[in-house]
Amino acid sequence: MRNLNRLTAQALVDAFASGKATSVQATEAALDRIARVDGAVHAFLHVDPDSALATAEAVDKDRAAGKKLPPLAGVPIGIKDVLVTEGMPTTAGSRILEGWLPPYDATVVERVRAARMPIVGKTNMDEFAMGSSTEHSGYGPTRNPWDLDRIPGGSGGGSAAALAAFEVPLAIGSDTGGSIRQPASVTGTVGVKPTYGAVSRYGVIALASSLDQVGPCGRTVHDAALLHDVIAGHDPKDATSIPDKSPSAVRASRKGREDGLDGVRIGVVKELTGEGFQTGVRQRFDEAVHQLTSLGADVTEVSCPNFEYALAAYYLILPSEASSNLARYDSVRFGLRADDGDTVEQVMGATRAQGFGDEVKRRIILGTYALSAGYYDAYYGSAQKVRTLIQWDFSEAFGNVDVLVSPTCPTTAFKLGEQLDDPLTMYLNDIATIPANLAGIPGMSLPIGLAPENGLPVGLQILAPAKADDHLYRVGAALEGALVDLWAGTLLTQAPDLEEAKA
Amino acid sequence: MASLDRAEVARLAALARIDLDDDALDRLSGQLSAIVDAVAKVQEVATPEVPATSHPIPMSNVHRPDKVRPSLGQDEALAAAPAAEAGRFRVPQILGEE
Repeated sequence: MRNLNRLTAQALVDAFASGKATSVQATEAALDRIARVDGAVHAFLHVDPDSALATAEAVDKDRAAGKKLPPLAGVPIGIKDVLVTEGMPTTAGSRILEGWLPPYDATVVERVRAARMPIVGKTNMDEFAMGSSTEHSGYGPTRNPWDLDRIPGGSGGGSAAALAAFEVPLAIGSDTGGSIRQPASVTGTVGVKPTYGAVSRYGVIALASSLDQVGPCGRTVHDAALLHDVIAGHDPKDATSIPDKSPSAVRASRKGREDGLDGVRIGVVKELTGEGFQTGVRQRFDEAVHQLTSLGADVTEVSCPNFEYALAAYYLILPSEASSNLARYDSVRFGLRADDGDTVEQVMGATRAQGFGDEVKRRIILGTYALSAGYYDAYYGSAQKVRTLIQWDFSEAFGNVDVLVSPTCPTTAFKLGEQLDDPLTMYLNDIATIPANLAGIPGMSLPIGLAPENGLPVGLQILAPAKADDHLYRVGAALEGALVDLWAGTLLTQAPDLEEAKA
Repeated sequence: MASLDRAEVARLAALARIDLDDDALDRLSGQLSAIVDAVAKVQEVATPEVPATSHPIPMSNVHRPDKVRPSLGQDEALAAAPAAEAGRFRVPQILGEE
């Protein structure tokens, strides 16, 4: 088969089963594509052909011997560099961890290995997942495959760009305020932030522990569902892991595609539309809402009045937790040690000055301020109250509807450098995604078309009640099915050919 | 509301163990001051009757049996250390000259 790198995970699974392709061929196709286009895209910080091919060979051998294999066995995958991988460099996009070889695997990585998926490499990200553009990576930015002068979103721009550039069919991301959903939106891919606690955080380098959640990234809703079912589930190594059995994402995705949305109640969040959202984003969103109605859904408008305070609360809670979590980079046990200063305290100060980028420094200092004596109640304490108000808004909304929808981002991908010196403007990119993290509920972004004014992808966000991640897949698969029929192919088939563009 | 001035940013950076030179102080203090002004918005709705939420999905008393499990060995724990000696992390001197 040709162009194996362009196939979805499901199509690869089918090709393996029918003997039309092997995992080694699929993995080689991924590695070849990375070799050809990643110089321009820079989705990967580290590529590991030997271990990926070894996994693929073993899978092919077992398949030939008629052994039973897990559903995604042999499908190549990229892992965001925030998850620790035994024997594979892990940096979280920071120079302070340059060259670090973790001595263990994150639980999610263990599950991916147990699923027999070749890990082709580690994807680029904003340093310690702080950012919305991947420009804050200590190793240089990732570029958006739709337009190499534009950002791929962040912090998981590497995972999203790797999918959009047809380097891998699946990737793992992490989402603290939108780091899976916003990159998905601006690259025309699918990304899911599961319910807080649905996927283990063990071995995930911590940004903000009460907000971080790992999730699947794919080119289709169904592919994301396949990966969701691999990584979700209880982990005794994570005290915040939900013990309940997680609902099947794959079953929900099939149901959505086959049965439509009859009787499903969908709320459009009034506060996340209109002013402040780009014209083409609004247009595609309105059209998608019409599609949802045509699919049988009962669509109403819902108000969440406290969402306007979500961004402010987030930028107090996140820096506070981050300032505490990042205290571990102390130049003693692992990571960088600067060759400067006499005492351990001086060396620590010099190391953190040298190893951290500006955005990380900004947020650590902001968090130190928010938690410091005299300011705690006014800042951190107030932000925690806003968190309650956001949860109340969601509870009330989900009393009347099954899912909520909004545009994922206010705009399409902006140009590299455009917002780099203006942190407050950069923060606004996550205005629609942050409420889900504050409340711990699941959210998905899926592509709904190109903005007419610039031809760049627009994403729609679906939000569901806690532990109802399956709702996302049902609604997402139904909408995606209708749109793919309309476009006669996925949105990504309209993306420019990177290899031609380069020539 | 107190705004973040240059001296305050220098004090906070010292608390956070990040050396900032003059350039970095100039750059960061302007931006941080704008961010602090923007996030102060939370105080508009954080009234006394609203309870605080620290965790999105509340859980209590997560237990496991108190049994010995395999963990990293000394060599693995020290493998990524910037400096190690005699099976321990080697650090610069703890106390200054004074």
